[in-house]
Amino acid sequence: MTVFTLTPEEWDAVRLSLKVASVAMIASLPVGIAVAWLLARKEFWGKSLLNGIVHLPLVMPPVVTGYLLLLTFGTKGPVGAFLAQFGIVFAFRWTGAALACAVMGFPLMVRAIRLSIEAVDRKLEAASATLGASAMWVFLTVTLPLTLPGIIAGMILCFAKAMGEFGATITFVSNIPGETQTLPTAIYTLTQVPGGEAGALRLTAISIAISLAALMVSEFLARRAGQRIAA
Amino acid sequence: MSLTVDVRHRLGNFTLEAAFASAGGITAVFGASGCGKTTLVNVIAGLIRPDFARISVGDTVMVDTAHGIDLLPHRRRIGYVFQEARLFPHLTVESNLAYGEWFTPKAERYAARAQILDLLGIAHLLKRRPRDLSGGEKQRVAIGRALLTSPKLLLMDEPLASLDAARKAEIMPYLERLRDEVKIPIVYVSHSVAEVMRLASDVAVLAQGKLAAFGPAAEIAQRQDLVPAEEAEEGGVIIDMQVAAHDAGFDLTRLSSGAGNIYVPGRLGPEGTPARVRIRARDVMLALEEPRNISALNILRGRVAEILPAGPSSVNVRLDCGGAAVVARITRQSASALGLVPGTPAFAVVKAVSVSGPAAEPR
Repeated sequence: MTVFTLTPEEWDAVRLSLKVASVAMIASLPVGIAVAWLLARKEFWGKSLLNGIVHLPLVMPPVVTGYLLLLTFGTKGPVGAFLAQFGIVFAFRWTGAALACAVMGFPLMVRAIRLSIEAVDRKLEAASATLGASAMWVFLTVTLPLTLPGIIAGMILCFAKAMGEFGATITFVSNIPGETQTLPTAIYTLTQVPGGEAGALRLTAISIAISLAALMVSEFLARRAGQRIAA
Repeated sequence: MSLTVDVRHRLGNFTLEAAFASAGGITAVFGASGCGKTTLVNVIAGLIRPDFARISVGDTVMVDTAHGIDLLPHRRRIGYVFQEARLFPHLTVESNLAYGEWFTPKAERYAARAQILDLLGIAHLLKRRPRDLSGGEKQRVAIGRALLTSPKLLLMDEPLASLDAARKAEIMPYLERLRDEVKIPIVYVSHSVAEVMRLASDVAVLAQGKLAAFGPAAEIAQRQDLVPAEEAEEGGVIIDMQVAAHDAGFDLTRLSSGAGNIYVPGRLGPEGTPARVRIRARDVMLALEEPRNISALNILRGRVAEILPAGPSSVNVRLDCGGAAVVARITRQSASALGLVPGTPAFAVVKAVSVSGPAAEPR
């Protein structure tokens, strides 16, 4: 075995991290778009409260977020106990890691999409309505396509955050190899055991490569989408 | 199809109040900036919810606040051409045009795509993106997009205002064809006397949110007091005439009406084609005897009907020429030297080159 070959455990961590980050990103996208639209376009009672709650994970210590998730979604938590009846369990499962990552990445995603929705020319939406489009069609055929660069940016930010999430994940779902051990927690574990430096370095290199690739893909997609909608 | 509008709406300390009914054709809404023109069309389109309104097109009631009827914009089937085109930047010209058509129920589609593309001369632009179009092309595509929804009414809010003179001249013939070929009422907002007088069948004049005058274009045109100060030079009359003959040798068209003959440069279509001419008051000379050996081709016989002041040193003299009105702006001194009073027989003299007619056919 050479320095460049990953051990099966390390492979597990890489695969799991990609799965967790992808699921976190895709599952939070519809909610993210809905919340971003509410915050960008609607005035309602409790708007600043919603805004505050969405952004809380950005400013709270991740450990606190993880602990709150454990209290709520743990097997004995109110939501966790309820969902367990339907066989949906988050605690100490990879799904819990995805939930933790989604919560941590959510504010970044909402922020990017919200700014993008606010930049959409509402005169185009009015034009769409006069052409016969109902509010739902206006959103689907005008607002959403024009928001695409922001949506792509928000997705990548959420993905990147999920790839690097450590505190909330380890607090909520612990660090179980093959189930909840993601890249950062695996690197952390390797640095704690004698002789783990080589593995930690390998995973670090992979981590950097994935982050860089995500950034480049997002740049490329956003530029293409931006060119399409440039007036 | 007829159009009935009765609107009252307050915006801060500005109140819009206007009521008029038109039998069809182009109703121009005319007035200076800030007089409430755009607010009025936005109320008609349903983009503004008014305090009070009753608007109907044909027998479709769009809004009747007294009876709790208020159709949402997308249910009104009113085409709207905005001042800034508002094409969707993420769609091609073709998709922009298809956009509204797609939302129109099949049974209610009357707009023929090929005919509209031809009418507006945009068939060659289909594959392009809005950003690759010139201002005039954008505006033509926007008109096509609105027409393809098979609307019951077409609103045009200063569709030429963002264009330079050359682009305006490029679009004007398309608008004239639109007026003559599309059988739906059109509300045309403008602050330009030239545009309104060239296109409108009826004119609603707005001033500070109130309807200052409403009536057939030819009647409103005679009211020089309605012409805004900055466009005073443009004041004049319009006469609806018909092509009588074309002189190929000199490339002149002779138009006729009850007022007599008027020559205009170029060829304006076959005999019998309706043609509206606009004669600006400052371009008209008056004579008490029929002038001879004079270069001006158009000499109309009439009688002074009214003399109104037009500034410290000039007056507007309205002549009744066989039922049509011609207004001449002359100095007070000339009016007094000629001894003009209502009833005086006089001749109006206009050069053929200063008569504004419809677009001549390309040679």
